[in-house]
Amino acid sequence: MGEMGESKPIAIHRDWCKGCGLCSAFCPRGVLVLNLGKVEIQNSENCIGCGLCERICPDYVIYLGRDIYG
Amino acid sequence: MRIELLNKYFKMDQLPHIWCPGCGNGIALGAAVEAIDNSTMDKDKICIVSGIGCSSRASGYLNFDSLHTTHGRAIAFATGIKLANPELNVIVITGDGDCTAIGGNHLIHGCRRNIDINVLVFNNNIYGMTGGQYSPTTPRNARTSTSRQGTVERQFDICKLSENAGATYVARGTVFHYKHLIGLIEGAFKNKGFSIVEILTPCPIQFGRRNKTPEPADMMRLLKNSTSFSDDGKTKIGVFRDEKEPEFVSEYIKLLSNEGDISV
Repeated sequence: MGEMGESKPIAIHRDWCKGCGLCSAFCPRGVLVLNLGKVEIQNSENCIGCGLCERICPDYVIYLGRDIYG
Repeated sequence: MRIELLNKYFKMDQLPHIWCPGCGNGIALGAAVEAIDNSTMDKDKICIVSGIGCSSRASGYLNFDSLHTTHGRAIAFATGIKLANPELNVIVITGDGDCTAIGGNHLIHGCRRNIDINVLVFNNNIYGMTGGQYSPTTPRNARTSTSRQGTVERQFDICKLSENAGATYVARGTVFHYKHLIGLIEGAFKNKGFSIVEILTPCPIQFGRRNKTPEPADMMRLLKNSTSFSDDGKTKIGVFRDEKEPEFVSEYIKLLSNEGDISV
């Protein structure tokens, strides 16, 4: 994702998050954490853009590759 | 789920969906949508049919012509749709209870006829929507709201059942093995005949909480550790059967055209 010049490789639509914790449990770099029952991006510079979170999120909250919801 | 697929195939005003936190149905539906996007099918000629249950809510979220039918009868409705409009690609989304308990007869006779419909069974081993009663696929000794001391009944193997009933494409995948699952569903779409893909998916709320795995991540790890691509005693995932046999609708059309010749 670096070559695309994105500041954040992942974007989240936090309103839809139900706080199941699958993304934070499986993120290999600890980028995604639960805060007050909803997902939050921390240390986004550690993200390697593997896309596991995008696939494992059952609520379609996490998107890879672009900054959609700011 | 990629954002472009979400915008293209989902009714965005219906989201977020009603499935519980950690339910794998969303992941299974995402894999189905990715497989639809990868396939060469005409997207305007797709019809989604579902029955009753958690999994069957899926038809309401997809931006295709869809039918949300009565309990267990999804395959029966799909048979009618396919016979009336043979050019349609009919996809049935159903659950383990819907498909193998109340709809068990429709399943085996759909398999026997080898009618060209694609059945995706979201198997979460329990009746989730109605309060966690045990279903025909609940493992032995699992605790549910109707088996507080553990289930004594043996469970169905959906793949063996449909393979022996005559389905020509039979496969099993899990929501943890996401890319593998997309490939299995694409294989089902390519097969001209009755295709069934059993998708193992976790139910942390109704099943996990009663069976010492209340955390969605723990259920997902259990799914990963209890399945295997080879025969090593674990639940095998992969394609079990992929063969060509006479398909019901095309055989029926042939028969009709023959009769036409006789009357002339």
